[in-house]
Amino acid sequence: MKKEYWRWPEYRRTLPGKDWTKAWVITAGVDVGSVSSKAAIMIDGELYAYGIIRTGSSSPDSANKAMERAMEGTRMKLDDIHYIVGTGYGRVNVPFANRAITEIACHARGANYIWGPTVRTLMDMGGQDCKAIRCDEKGRVTAFLMNDKCAAGTGRGMEVIADLLSIPIEDVGPTSLMVEEEPEPVSSTCVVFAKSEAVGLLRKGWPKEMVLAAFCSAMARRISELLERIKVERDFAITGGIAKNIGVVKRLEEIIGIRALPMKEGFDPMVAGGIGAALFAKALYEKERQSS
Amino acid sequence: MKTITTGIDMGSKNVKVVILKDGKVLARGITLSGFDQKEAAKKVFNEVLKKASLSLDDIDQIVATGAGKEVAPYANSDISMVGADAIGGSFLFPSARTIIDVGAEEGRAARCDEKGKMIDFVINEKCAAGAGTFVEAMARALEVTLEEMGPLSLKAERAVPMNAQCTIFAESEVVTLIHEKTSKADISRAIHDAIADRITSMTRRLGIQRDVVLAGGVAKNIGFVNSLEKALEVKLLIPKEPEFVGALGAALAPLR
Repeated sequence: MKKEYWRWPEYRRTLPGKDWTKAWVITAGVDVGSVSSKAAIMIDGELYAYGIIRTGSSSPDSANKAMERAMEGTRMKLDDIHYIVGTGYGRVNVPFANRAITEIACHARGANYIWGPTVRTLMDMGGQDCKAIRCDEKGRVTAFLMNDKCAAGTGRGMEVIADLLSIPIEDVGPTSLMVEEEPEPVSSTCVVFAKSEAVGLLRKGWPKEMVLAAFCSAMARRISELLERIKVERDFAITGGIAKNIGVVKRLEEIIGIRALPMKEGFDPMVAGGIGAALFAKALYEKERQSS
Repeated sequence: MKTITTGIDMGSKNVKVVILKDGKVLARGITLSGFDQKEAAKKVFNEVLKKASLSLDDIDQIVATGAGKEVAPYANSDISMVGADAIGGSFLFPSARTIIDVGAEEGRAARCDEKGKMIDFVINEKCAAGAGTFVEAMARALEVTLEEMGPLSLKAERAVPMNAQCTIFAESEVVTLIHEKTSKADISRAIHDAIADRITSMTRRLGIQRDVVLAGGVAKNIGFVNSLEKALEVKLLIPKEPEFVGALGAALAPLR
């Protein structure tokens, strides 16, 4: 079988030093995105475990699998969780969720938890869309802009290039930084045309790292347009899968002239939306308990 | 004294060559642009020359057009693609006022006067979803040949909307539709409707003035033609060899 270079690793993690059986409130957020599904479990408002999987053809199945992955090895069962919020593209199709909340609100809330109240601008670079989000010190959304019409500047676009060049997707960023001199960015916006352009550059004898540099830089440029329109302000953070692509992040930071906050140890930028959803779940659970 | 002119259309996918003698077609040829478009153009040019029993010296004017017109061999001058479309389209159909050309990597429309002079134009070269590439990519996702897809879409029983506006996203949507057991005929129709909508909204920016000619390789796709006629709400005039309209227009340009 042909190696699938675009395929990024699915994985799970339990954060150390926490015992869920002693927790008061257990909540979860399930973020069913167009490309990846993430589940985050929080105990008393602290991240406990998470799981990340590839989204399949059915949203309910993907939600189930992500949740199972997050709970794997913890002996926790779905019934142990007090409240679950679904988010992301498939949020209305999370069978076990008590509520659905948009991923824009969840990402802002999640970023506020991960990096603290100083975050004012957030760039969520997902599988099939990217969003520039402004938020206040409580992680409430004050404005947002998004591109969900075009693959340019999304994870899908990056997968196409990884596959074309036979470079594992996790290596795209570091490889693209191996160039001695930064090439001109790929001129085509459209991923389909950029792909033919990349083929042309390879035929001209460009090494793979140069082609990747040209592609990452075009992607950074494309994403920076959203940030400029929304007026990026410090502190700035990046979530979503492309936050892990150092080749895009470095170039984006250079264009906008602002460094992104570094990822916190033990967290994954893909889970920010799930974390936000789990925090909303806690607030909703407590509110329901008070009123009953 | 007879005037012999040649048009070379350096398209992103195919190179087309037309040789005219006093406005009558002597010979024509087409070949894939491939890796080295200039070489491909030389080859097809010489083949067409041979077919017309001519040598390079017999030709008075060679005019290049198309995305790669800067690298066209033997050319004395060049003309814009929309300009060539206007001349070629109105030569074939004197009543033409709008010429839509859907090529491999570009969709465009030109408005012209009764003399075939281009008055205004619109082009989409930024997004593959409004060009032939889109249909090719969708045929691959649907696992049918490009030739099958046109007739297949005429057998559609219902109009299924496509949500994706991007070729990359549409590929996944086609796969989803297949999983949902949507028939290949209905999916083909959805694909043609989608690109027809994009070509229509592009052409609307120009204003749709009758008669409307459809040129470019995608005009050979009956499914697309059907969807476009519905979207534009006009009957389209389609040349027998729609992909040669640009090359024909370029060859006619010096005679005007």
